[in-house]
Amino acid sequence: MGRIMTVTQTLLSVQNVTKAFPLPHGLIQRLRQVPPQAVHALNGVSLDVMRGETLGIVGESGCGKSTLARCLVRLHECDTGRVVFGDTDIASLNGPARRAFNAKVQMIFQDPYSSLNPRMKVRQILTEALSVHQMRPSAEIPARIAELLDLVRLPQDAAEKYPHEFSGGQRQRIGIARALSVEPEVLVADELVSALDVSVQAQVVNLLLQLQEQLHLTVVFVAHDLRLVRHISHRVAVMYLGKVVEIGPTEALFSAPRHPYTQALLAAAPELDPTRRTRRVAAKGELPSPVNLPQGCLFNTRCPQAFERCFKERPVLSAEGAHLSACHLPG
Amino acid sequence: MTEVALQVSNLTTTFGHQGTAVTAVDDISFDVMPGEVLGLVGESGSGKSVTLRSIMRLMPQHSSVTGRVLWQGRDLLAMPEPELRKVRGGEISMIFQEPTTALNPVLPVAVQIEENLRAHTTLSKADRGKRSLELMDLVGISDAKRRLTQYPHQFSGGMRQRVMIAIALASTPKLLLADEPTTALDLTIQDQILKLILDLRDELKMSVVLVTHDLGVVAATCDRMAVMYAGRIVESGPVADVFGQPNHAYTRGLLGSVPRSGTERSPLLSIEGTPPGLMNRPTGCAFNPRCEFATDRCRSENPVLQAMAHGHEAACFHSDRVKAAGWAGS
Amino acid sequence: MSRLNLPRPLVLGGILIGASVLLAVFPQLFAPYDPVAMDYNALLKAPSWAHPMGTDNFGRDVLSRVIHAYTIDMQIAFFGTVFSFVFGIIIGAVVGYAGGAADTVFGRIVDAVITFPFLVLVIAIVSVLGPGLVNMYIALAVVGWVFYARIIAAEVKVQKRLDYADAGRAMGYTPLRIIFRHLLPNAITPAIVYVVTDMALAILLGSSLGYLGLGAQPPAAEWGVQIADGKNFMTTGWWISVFPGVAIVLTGLGFSLIGDGLAEVLRTRK
Repeated sequence: MGRIMTVTQTLLSVQNVTKAFPLPHGLIQRLRQVPPQAVHALNGVSLDVMRGETLGIVGESGCGKSTLARCLVRLHECDTGRVVFGDTDIASLNGPARRAFNAKVQMIFQDPYSSLNPRMKVRQILTEALSVHQMRPSAEIPARIAELLDLVRLPQDAAEKYPHEFSGGQRQRIGIARALSVEPEVLVADELVSALDVSVQAQVVNLLLQLQEQLHLTVVFVAHDLRLVRHISHRVAVMYLGKVVEIGPTEALFSAPRHPYTQALLAAAPELDPTRRTRRVAAKGELPSPVNLPQGCLFNTRCPQAFERCFKERPVLSAEGAHLSACHLPG
Repeated sequence: MTEVALQVSNLTTTFGHQGTAVTAVDDISFDVMPGEVLGLVGESGSGKSVTLRSIMRLMPQHSSVTGRVLWQGRDLLAMPEPELRKVRGGEISMIFQEPTTALNPVLPVAVQIEENLRAHTTLSKADRGKRSLELMDLVGISDAKRRLTQYPHQFSGGMRQRVMIAIALASTPKLLLADEPTTALDLTIQDQILKLILDLRDELKMSVVLVTHDLGVVAATCDRMAVMYAGRIVESGPVADVFGQPNHAYTRGLLGSVPRSGTERSPLLSIEGTPPGLMNRPTGCAFNPRCEFATDRCRSENPVLQAMAHGHEAACFHSDRVKAAGWAGS
Repeated sequence: MSRLNLPRPLVLGGILIGASVLLAVFPQLFAPYDPVAMDYNALLKAPSWAHPMGTDNFGRDVLSRVIHAYTIDMQIAFFGTVFSFVFGIIIGAVVGYAGGAADTVFGRIVDAVITFPFLVLVIAIVSVLGPGLVNMYIALAVVGWVFYARIIAAEVKVQKRLDYADAGRAMGYTPLRIIFRHLLPNAITPAIVYVVTDMALAILLGSSLGYLGLGAQPPAAEWGVQIADGKNFMTTGWWISVFPGVAIVLTGLGFSLIGDGLAEVLRTRK
């Protein structure tokens, strides 16, 4: 029952972003003239987030999906490339303009235990967000808090409690309420439910879907769980070693994956149907180190179909309609 | 029928002192057949990991384990400590979720494998070296000779889990207890490890008890499954049967909580509330506060496992209504 | 609820320090004599009913002097730590949050300060500024903030990696708000435990400086000064030095016990 989007308008545009985290370069390395090294987290990522859609970003650990999420809300600055919101480069924003951007593009964090200040009551957490951003005159703040708690289906007495008095799922609801308090257009959810029990995950996912309809939110859903990403995303981007290797409409990407890595990832995800199990290993080998990236295509060390060109030339995303894949293989 | 490999009956594990003790595992019984992979599934606090550790008597102080764990005619729970040590890491091996912490960081891998070989085999030093190489090959670590001299931190997460398995297999165990062995791993690596476990099961004719919270892992690897909730087994049976027709309201909710293709962006069949903690188990059926089928009987009386079809059991007063309600996967 | 089962060290320390504060605030209620009144008829008298702790070489009642010394020594405990504490946590929090170059510079300062023996450094500064309590407080603050800053900086570095700090940044909160409203309250616990233990050290240090003539000045009643007064009479009037010593030990013990107890309480609450 996916909502039909009549207007597709780019809201947030990631343009060729790179980000590397330098490794400690100690005296001994300097004396031995070892060049400084870095973890290459993002290696030229480009994608657009459309207004009103849910864009899923999926990949294994070290693929750069969390770094990308943090670049979107400017918790990280990009090394090169840019993130454009509306028509401004977010790196150029300062002072009140930056704060306004922060309100428009909000993030929800993975860890329900560390993402809330343990010394603040829920009321204080929400009041702070509302008053710093002057969302409401102070007289109306209590009513707004009540509204927000309703919105995320928490009881009213939650306001006077501290984070440790809640379960993991409830804490994630508090995190969502905090993000929604500043009335954002975009929610960036980084592994929103991966720390929760399965039965609780479903509650939070249902809530997110409902809030998105109700508030016309644009959602960037970063996760490693393919099933979840498939369930809630309109479009999905698959990342590998800091690159988007494939991006396209959810249905197309899952039913006809084009990139060999996407194919391997989908095959590796255990089927929920016990009658359809296979004993074939989906992808051999391990992830190469993000410190020393392979030449050419980043997946060439594990790709069963790699040929000469893959070791020389790094493929770029090429389109077939709305479904893009970065692979030298024909078709 | 072949003979049962491991028979657990009325296993109960409590923590703490009398009076304030909490029950983590509450009177559970199950069998593991030779060569079978049994999945113990549940959410946090369900007692699945405690069950596994109780079998091996790997429990912290101030805990008590009662019941019977029959392994080849002997009760592991009544066995004297020296004899148990021979079984542990010998006929029964265990692997853990976090290979990083389960391996000794200051010893090369070779030493850690040899240690187990020395404890559980009569091999000579030279033979132990040879066997170590074989084990590394067996678990799919190439360049074994060089890798054996390395320390755990020189291995990636997936490789460390392979090393753990190699150590566990050193004594050619007949039963492998695996506690969330792939939870810390990436999808493609999880896939490799699960299939490795299945291959080893075939090759070494051992049984496996696999503890996991991931229903996908169960569907892809296990022959039979037991669903645990609040310290009890609420449903058990052949994997295909349980996935095909859950008989317990909790199993139905759990299966419905996992998104599946064809239902994109529609609400998931979720379960309200959260799993109960050890301290506040509800009376009656522990699931009743979260159950849409619950009646007064569920709130006062604790249901016991009843045979539903052959080999398929559920502890639910309303399995007929649960079945009639259908579920996302049917 | 935890109030009902406070750890025993906290209770014991609380009693000791509670009594000390009482004596410090109302010494005249408890002291039988004027602490500086000299009685030439009772020089160097051994402890007796009239003078439970004896008299010194000027005939001053040792008990009254020990009690009146609480006023100065408890002040030393407070003023000798409070400035270090305040400056230390502010600087430490900022440095810990900023990291980078600020952290490197701070690291060098810490190294420089801790390579000197603490007492020698304080004595050097007081010698330059001149003897007296105020200069002693200045010296203690100049050196002592480093220790607090180090504790807080380390803790803030841990806290700032937690998601709630990033959540604050993603909210567009200013660094000052994140540091002082969010990180500091979560990072301050070890510094609070340390400040209480440090009060015991401050008293020891204050007495040491008093003994050396660099802290409180005679004829003021201060334990270090008193011990110094008695040093020539150790064989004939041991009580002149011993009872102020006992007071130092009891107060120091009290602060240490509170420190231990607090650490326990704050740890379990986390």
